[in-house]
Amino acid sequence: MLKLSELTKRYNTGELALKGVTLEIPKGQVLALIGPSGAGKSTLIRCVNRLVQPTSGSVVLKELELTKLSSSALRRARRRMGMIFQEYALVERLTVMENVLSGRLGYVGFWRSYFRKFPSADIQEAYRLLDRVGLKHMADKRADELSGGQRQRVGICRALIQNPDLLLVDEPTASLDPKTSRQIMRLIQELCSERGLTAIINIHDVFLAQMFSQRVVGLELGSVVYDGKPEGLTPEVLTRIYGEEDWSATIKSTDEDDDNEEEF
Amino acid sequence: MPAITNNGIETWRLRTSKEQWIRWVCWLIGLAVIMYAWQMISEKTVWFFVTDAPSQAADIGSRMVPPKWSYMDKLWKPVWDTINIATIGTIIAMAIAVPVAFATARNTTPNIVVRTIGLFIIVSSRSVNSLIWALILVFILGPGVLAGTIAIGLRSIGFCAKLIYESIEEIDHTQVEAIEATGASGPQKMIFGILPQVLPTIAGVGIYRWDINIRESTILGLVGAGGIGLQLNGSLNTLAWTQVSLILIVILVTVFISEWVSAKVRGAII
Repeated sequence: MLKLSELTKRYNTGELALKGVTLEIPKGQVLALIGPSGAGKSTLIRCVNRLVQPTSGSVVLKELELTKLSSSALRRARRRMGMIFQEYALVERLTVMENVLSGRLGYVGFWRSYFRKFPSADIQEAYRLLDRVGLKHMADKRADELSGGQRQRVGICRALIQNPDLLLVDEPTASLDPKTSRQIMRLIQELCSERGLTAIINIHDVFLAQMFSQRVVGLELGSVVYDGKPEGLTPEVLTRIYGEEDWSATIKSTDEDDDNEEEF
Repeated sequence: MPAITNNGIETWRLRTSKEQWIRWVCWLIGLAVIMYAWQMISEKTVWFFVTDAPSQAADIGSRMVPPKWSYMDKLWKPVWDTINIATIGTIIAMAIAVPVAFATARNTTPNIVVRTIGLFIIVSSRSVNSLIWALILVFILGPGVLAGTIAIGLRSIGFCAKLIYESIEEIDHTQVEAIEATGASGPQKMIFGILPQVLPTIAGVGIYRWDINIRESTILGLVGAGGIGLQLNGSLNTLAWTQVSLILIVILVTVFISEWVSAKVRGAII
């Protein structure tokens, strides 16, 4: 469904963030992208929806080559890609409802969005989604009144109301406590399976990556150094991705696997 | 200064000896300049007038009391004019300043040419005092409230646009990025991603400038541009000190009220 080939990004500073990454992600797969800070995880997902312009290589989403699109075609293509951010990236001074509805901006005209006259179907869908993540009662609160976990749920709603084919998730749990992190990851995973969504999830936490994904890709200095099942993350593999460290406490033990694995 | 080893003991100081000396010399030069300037000023002062000042002030002071309260009848209209000059001038200024700010801020400017024009507007508006604007406009438009209003407006554009464009440049970019990622168009990014972030600043700057403009518009009358300054000028010229004192009281009260209003409104917005 999503095909990256020889994707390369060199920033103006000369830093080579991605070195010819090739990946193919089938429909409905939830892929966790792990790697140390600066490995190019954020750059990679931003190259997909072109918040960062790739230097070379191609990104093909459902037969559509994204890297060469004109700006209006790119806007249309972005509507099919929902993005969830590390620091939630909600518009702080707008209400929860406005934030969720902003996911529909690609479908409504300027004046309708200016006067917040969104189609009633969008509003129904926004309420449904907020209800799904347990925040319907918060619809009229301002985003900056919410806690971290609540904000991230709103961020998820904003991405899902786009009715996307692909979810790009950038460190969704980096600003959250461990419990909320698990809840958010579980929610993303459930929503992906409910809607048959394909997702790329950047994540620091190896344990969470193993728990909530079907495939793990390890990135180091802009190159793929691991691509396989979550269970394949042995201490040797983690050393290859992150460098030498005692990994025994990080890796999920086989017993725990059995408890959680049925969900997948 | 990095740690230095002295007889095997590591010591640390904030500055090297050289930096320390440079600082001393700079302080010395600064002090010398101040003392020289002090001496020059005192040479050029006619000390007779200065020593005479307390009795002069006491003389004028005694002529000022009691304020001529009955003169108030003639002041209501000028006060009203003054407030209108400030308010309408601020509205005009804000209507121009907001687009100029968006055209000038690095992250929203369409191109370098527009940015340069924006900066030019800001600098030229800021570099001329409103009294000078009023002086010029009285020549062009004739004396009256209109000249004062436009003078206030022209003077305020630069101030408002500068503060607003700086706040546009300081917005949180990830919020804009998130809006962009939904497939929003450029103008939609502006109203959903940027405007909500700078709206408090826009409102705050407008209120703050209105508060300043109330004070500025009280003196515009001195050059014939309408408002209470006109009365002040007239009273000063005819040595009607009891009227002058009343006008000063009225200005004080007006400014006090405007400060109070702007503090309340600003508190409500932010």
